[in-house]
Amino acid sequence: MAGRGGARTHRVGRRLLLGAVSLILALLAWQGVATFLIPRLYGSYAGALFPTPGAVLGTGAELVATGELIQHTWASLRRVLVGVGLVVITAIPLGLAVGSSSWFRALAGPPLELIRPISPLAWIPLTLIWFGVSDLQNVSIVFITAFFPLLLNTIAGVRNVERSLTNAALTLGAERRQLLRYIVLPAALPYILTGIRLSLGLGWVAIVAAELVGAVTGLGALIEDSRSLVRSDRILLSMAAIGLMGAVLDQGLRAAQRRLLPWSPGGRL
Amino acid sequence: MGAAIRLKDIKKSYYSARDASEVRALDGITLEVPDGEFLSIVGPSGCGKSTLLFIVAGLVPPSEGTVFVGEELVTGPGWQRGMAFQDFALFPWLTVAGNVEFGLKMRGIPREERQRTVRKYLEIVGLRAFADKYPHELSGGMKQRTAIARTLANGPAVLLMDEPFASVDAQTRQLLQDELLRIWGAGETKRTVLFVTHSVEEALYLSDRVVVMTARPGRILEDLAVPFERPRGEHLLKDPWFTDLRLEIWSHIKREVLQGNAAEMLPEPE
Amino acid sequence: MSRADTAANSGTRGSGEGLLRVAGVLLLLGVWWALASLVLPQMGEVAAKSLPSPWAVAERLVELAASGELLVHALKTLQRIATAFAIVLLTAIPLGVLMGWSETLRFALDPLLELLRPIPPIAWIPLSILWLGVGDAQKVYIICFAAFFPLLVNTMVGVRHVNPSLVAAASTLGASRGQILFRVVLPAASPFVFAGMRIAFGIGWMALVGAEVAAALAGLGYMIMAMRQGFDSAGVVAGMVVIGVLGFCFDVGLRRLHRWLAPWHLEFTQV
Repeated sequence: MAGRGGARTHRVGRRLLLGAVSLILALLAWQGVATFLIPRLYGSYAGALFPTPGAVLGTGAELVATGELIQHTWASLRRVLVGVGLVVITAIPLGLAVGSSSWFRALAGPPLELIRPISPLAWIPLTLIWFGVSDLQNVSIVFITAFFPLLLNTIAGVRNVERSLTNAALTLGAERRQLLRYIVLPAALPYILTGIRLSLGLGWVAIVAAELVGAVTGLGALIEDSRSLVRSDRILLSMAAIGLMGAVLDQGLRAAQRRLLPWSPGGRL
Repeated sequence: MGAAIRLKDIKKSYYSARDASEVRALDGITLEVPDGEFLSIVGPSGCGKSTLLFIVAGLVPPSEGTVFVGEELVTGPGWQRGMAFQDFALFPWLTVAGNVEFGLKMRGIPREERQRTVRKYLEIVGLRAFADKYPHELSGGMKQRTAIARTLANGPAVLLMDEPFASVDAQTRQLLQDELLRIWGAGETKRTVLFVTHSVEEALYLSDRVVVMTARPGRILEDLAVPFERPRGEHLLKDPWFTDLRLEIWSHIKREVLQGNAAEMLPEPE
Repeated sequence: MSRADTAANSGTRGSGEGLLRVAGVLLLLGVWWALASLVLPQMGEVAAKSLPSPWAVAERLVELAASGELLVHALKTLQRIATAFAIVLLTAIPLGVLMGWSETLRFALDPLLELLRPIPPIAWIPLSILWLGVGDAQKVYIICFAAFFPLLVNTMVGVRHVNPSLVAAASTLGASRGQILFRVVLPAASPFVFAGMRIAFGIGWMALVGAEVAAALAGLGYMIMAMRQGFDSAGVVAGMVVIGVLGFCFDVGLRRLHRWLAPWHLEFTQV
């Protein structure tokens, strides 16, 4: 027992060490390339094109201090939350209907299957024609991106309800109309929550794309703006902020899943 | 109050539209189970015994024939025909108490009465201390006891059991069998039980009567009364008469299995 | 029982469902047509131009195909994704296998990858434009970035989750470590690798479209963006249809390829 515990901590220690070493090496490599290699290739443009780690950090502090970073992050987040909110109230009921009724599936399936393959970002030009450069256009791109993952997950959740659970419910006196609320919904909940998490993640990616092209505020706009100013330090900083926010959203939802599903070992799929 | 089960010439066929073939699962089962009797059905895999049980439950319609439970013609599932499943079928999002309460809740029984009944049946199966646990925290034996409590709490007229102990280990199985006998024997009235199993030993140990089915298409091959007195106990396993009966029934089944292996096998219903 | 039951009912259900399917498609087309030709024109001229009718889209599509414009852009897009995918296959799979197989390597590279992975490929567009311009190289870079991580992670997971009983069985049958890697681990991990490929392709395709919409001189994404600037909404929708069809064909194609190469995988043997 003691030996096993010792071996485990040894492994954890090794993991931390290797990880730390490689990160430090990567950082040094970055600094090295930024300081020595790039100037050789690009001369005075070097700083603008390939910032040192220090420059990125400095810019980061600056943007946080001026509040710009928070503003843009919130602008993006707001749009994503609205878009995903809309997706939740449309995709879940639709998914429940499609999953439960084979008639509805036959009717609604083909139109959905025809629209789904169209890459969400391909909707950008059309939505720009419809809504111009606006919050609505941004939200619409989030909507179309986030819609299908949640829909498909909800459908899968409904269809994967084990037969024996519905059989058990019926032999305990449940009526067919009670099944949706008392059996299907709870059983499908892990899938639905995973679907929401995926939708949020994809929505976050989509908003950046939409803002690159059609917005004045938001992290996507910030990046695009920084590009026209040829400030790669700002670009990198924004990229890091985008990545960080995405990770925070994902972890947050995972934690929420664990909370909401105490009955599932691990709390999720 | 219990009820008698009457099956009249039950036939069940499955059609595959894809290759226009017909699979005959059951070929005319006629059976009468008197009120309060414990009857087991045994037979080779794929003989349709689980299908038969599902038909009695009303979960699957017969292609031909009728089922009466008490005075009622069975046309669909209902709480009067309670069922225990091989995979327990516990609702993972409900606690033990929540599961046991489920049927009562669906039927609109008021809360006070529900809670009383739940407490009573948890006590009967010895899971009072686990009322707030979730199914994933329980062992196989505990899960099945919860499932049995859940079904009994609903007060059905008949109890249908689909290989309920097949998914637990052999030791737990022995204990659960004794528990089932104890609970069944101690009830206000002895309910009618229809019990499907692969194990001849289990069938003989538990039942008043054993019905042996042929391989697919399923028909009744043998119908024996089990001569041992109740209460049953482990001493039975040493009884030479018990062993003889067991071997006799097994030889019927073995013959059917070997014949059946030559033909194509239909998978047992889920 | 449930499967057999469905089979029993599918005879009578089939024609009813088929009818509903057709009805569904007609419903979609009908609503589309009604909106485009009846509702929107009532709301003003600008609104009327914003949604082309199905017929207008079909016409424009034929025009674009005939003039060769569609082909030029489609080929450009296809060329980019093919190049990128080849690069990704040749890098992500070997690295994924190595990282799955060797704990040391995995411990070392994991933190680095976990830092880079959350950054959406789209976010790389501006920086890559600064570095590489708006041409093919930049597009390929974006696709590579998008498709690399899903394939890498899936491959890694596949290798790590090979059933230990399989490895044990192989070694008790006399296989060397190298043989185990190539003849047991890789085939056993292949479902994950294929799943990873399909996911990677999907994300890569989405990233490519995004990159072409954002800033490009050629390609399908560029084409629809240019048409938007010309208020050619029929052209935009025609382009979207082509993008959708291509994306669909790729996914189906990959699935077919998967089935051809690995017919023993569970998803093809279980109903």
